[in-house]
Amino acid sequence: MLHLAVLAPFLAAVLIPFFYKALRKIHTGWFVLPVPLLLFLFLSTYFKDVWRGVHNVYTLDWIPSLGINFSLYIDGLSLFFALLITGIGTLVVLYSIYYLHITEKLGHFYVYLLLFMGAMLGVVLSDNLFILYTFWELTSISSFLLIGYWYYREGSKYGALKSMLITVFGGLSMLGGFLLLYTVTGTPSIREIIERSDLVLNDTAFPWILILILLGAFTKSAQFPFHTWLPDAMEAPTPVSAFLHSATMVKAGLYLVARLSLLFAGNDLFFILVTGFGLLTLCWGSYMAVRQTDLKAILAYSTISQLGMIMAMLGFGTGVAILAAVFHILNHATFKGSLFMVAGIVDHETGTRDIRRLGGLFTFMPITATLAFFGTFSMAGFPLPIFNGFLSKEMFFESSRHFEHASPLVETVAPVLPVLAVLGSIFTFVYSVMLFFRTFAGKQRDTLEKKPHEAPFGMLVSPLILVSLIVIIALLPNFFNERLLAPAVAAINGEHFESHIKFWHGWGNPALYMSLIVLAVGTFLYLIRTKWESFYQILPGKLSAAKSYDAIVNGIFKGSTSLTRAYMTGSIRSYMAYILVFFIILISVTMTVTDGFAMSLEDLAPLAVPEFSIAVIMAAAAIGTVLMKNRIAAILVLGIVGYGLSLLFVFFRAPDLALTQLIVETVTVALFLLCFYHLPDLKKEYQSARKKVVNLVISVSVGVIVTLVAISSHSTKLFEPISDYFIENSYELGGGDNIVNVILVDFRGLDTMLEILVLGLAAIGIYSMIKLKGKKGENE
Amino acid sequence: MELLMAILAGLLFSTGVYMLLQKQILRIIIGTALLSHGAHLLIITMGKLNRGGPPILSEGVTKYVDPLPQALILTSIVISFGVTSFLLVLAYRAYQKNGTDNMEKLRGNNHE
Repeated sequence: MLHLAVLAPFLAAVLIPFFYKALRKIHTGWFVLPVPLLLFLFLSTYFKDVWRGVHNVYTLDWIPSLGINFSLYIDGLSLFFALLITGIGTLVVLYSIYYLHITEKLGHFYVYLLLFMGAMLGVVLSDNLFILYTFWELTSISSFLLIGYWYYREGSKYGALKSMLITVFGGLSMLGGFLLLYTVTGTPSIREIIERSDLVLNDTAFPWILILILLGAFTKSAQFPFHTWLPDAMEAPTPVSAFLHSATMVKAGLYLVARLSLLFAGNDLFFILVTGFGLLTLCWGSYMAVRQTDLKAILAYSTISQLGMIMAMLGFGTGVAILAAVFHILNHATFKGSLFMVAGIVDHETGTRDIRRLGGLFTFMPITATLAFFGTFSMAGFPLPIFNGFLSKEMFFESSRHFEHASPLVETVAPVLPVLAVLGSIFTFVYSVMLFFRTFAGKQRDTLEKKPHEAPFGMLVSPLILVSLIVIIALLPNFFNERLLAPAVAAINGEHFESHIKFWHGWGNPALYMSLIVLAVGTFLYLIRTKWESFYQILPGKLSAAKSYDAIVNGIFKGSTSLTRAYMTGSIRSYMAYILVFFIILISVTMTVTDGFAMSLEDLAPLAVPEFSIAVIMAAAAIGTVLMKNRIAAILVLGIVGYGLSLLFVFFRAPDLALTQLIVETVTVALFLLCFYHLPDLKKEYQSARKKVVNLVISVSVGVIVTLVAISSHSTKLFEPISDYFIENSYELGGGDNIVNVILVDFRGLDTMLEILVLGLAAIGIYSMIKLKGKKGENE
Repeated sequence: MELLMAILAGLLFSTGVYMLLQKQILRIIIGTALLSHGAHLLIITMGKLNRGGPPILSEGVTKYVDPLPQALILTSIVISFGVTSFLLVLAYRAYQKNGTDNMEKLRGNNHE
């Protein structure tokens, strides 16, 4: 059944286009809505098992020979995420029905959305590393499609490509980590890997495993410095931003870290990387969010910073911290989802998302404003018992002060962590307050394109449900804690963690004072924000991650283009030179390494005067062809080389060769002479001196190497030639006295047949080249 | 003798390669011709020179030179002849069509 649940969105994605085509009058979203809703209800039935500590595993063979099986595993953590995905998914589909007009390409939208939902369910429920990776990349692809939904906009294309490049880079690194993990432990099952954590922790490849897997988690969860794709992903339709880029996909990285934290728990490197990058992302994201003027950009940076905060808590690794992390994942999904929907409503009803042009919307949109009020103040962690964000923020402060494993390194950095936590939260407070007051309070502007008015009721339902959840969770935290959070914490932590979430901890609690500091300093900074805005020109200045990304992508493009331009010159001479230089290097290195310069003077034929003199003449003629300025002279001198060769054949007792060489040389010279009449005279080669020297060096090296190879191979004969067989059997088997001819037509007749074929082909080629003249302009 | 022939073959290769690196088609074809001469010389040298009579069975001769390299070279001569003549006609047609025999100027069409 669970397999069917994971595959259901994919099946629905196949069917949706038919509904879209057949029933144009009804918004396609209505057909999609039951899918996440039914899945949510179905997954809720697993609660009983999870409470009792029964963890269901379902396996379906896929590639058993590689150990890759479609195995699903449901425990507290995966159930928590699966409910989050389907729950928020239902609300987002409902919201999108009112947000997207029926004239949009709804078929595409819902197919992508369902693909994403199925992939995300697959990620959180998989027990097999490779299945998890498959679904992981499917989320990247479907996210790419959704960001580029309005594909005719430049911004959408840019954002989609950027998110694709960054998340796929991380995904591939993660695959590398998974493969290492698989080779170290010998099993792709996550549960079995965790059981064998000793093997992993003591392996020399451990840092690589950790770093590669964390690269995947960090890119997906938009941690510094990979956060840069998230603000650009805001080009997607708002329901997508609410679903993917706040509540689900960006939490896949958190899920992965949480899932594997039993494996890495207590490791110093894990602590440094996860906590360090988490806190850095928290501070940087909240700092940058204050600077934005676009509602969705503020929310994007806010998401980045909140993800950093959760990541940091996962790094802390204590029971409180993990409870706080899981709690905050839930809280963040509620308030960030509702805020994105509110931003979408504002955009929809006023025509802009720019906070410099907005203001005073409270009177026009009282319901939306109220919803935004709960969302923003929960995000800010405002200390009132109706905001769930406050509870988790308090727990975050609390957990930043205690660490379980007391290695010397942890103790040295420990005092800095609460300070960073407070710093990040101050900016969080500032942008939350700014988001609310600059949109809904203050003066109204007349510059809006539309007359602002309240949104239709259907659009308000989803944020309304989320906001009610904010309040309900805040009022009854322990109801959710016991049922939803505790099993998830137990799954991350390995053991059950007894906890009770309280709103009021008493006066002695330092976390309370940290919250009050955030409140006081945040308010102060918000009031004087115009005074310190110029500070942004110094700090992100030229260091922004977006600019670095552009520089890297452009650099790679320009670098590879110029590299290709540099060696693909289009001149045949260069390519000849590469081939020859490679030949020289390869042979000379091989001969040096294998000590191939053997030279034996034992088995040499005696030097005779006629051969010697012919050799000298041939050498002179060969050099002459190079030096000749006149084409006829060059051809004739080439002829001398050929005739010299046939004379040598005579001396070397090869009568057939001498005959053939003589005839062929004659015909060739005749051909050359026929051809040169139609070719221009040899021109003086205008090659630079440097090129001439290079040519000379290459050609002399080739000649020397050929000579050396010849001498060396002549000096080391490994076995007797097989020619004795031919000599002995030429007459008996072949019936001929001329051994060479018998070899050609009898022993090795196939060679001759194909050689005839070559001649025939050459003849046909020459004929057709001369006869078939394409009309001018036809071949060009 | 083998040493001398190895050096001569090396020289033929050198000149052939030098011609290959030139710009004019005619020079390049001359280069290929020189290279094939060098290769043929090399093959016959590798099969030991002057160790007996020519490879035609005759009374009273017990030792013959190696016939196999000769058969190989014979095949090779014919093939290189075919290729050379094809190249020559190709050069002729290329010059007729493009109006140049300079390889640096023959860079194909710019499709970008």
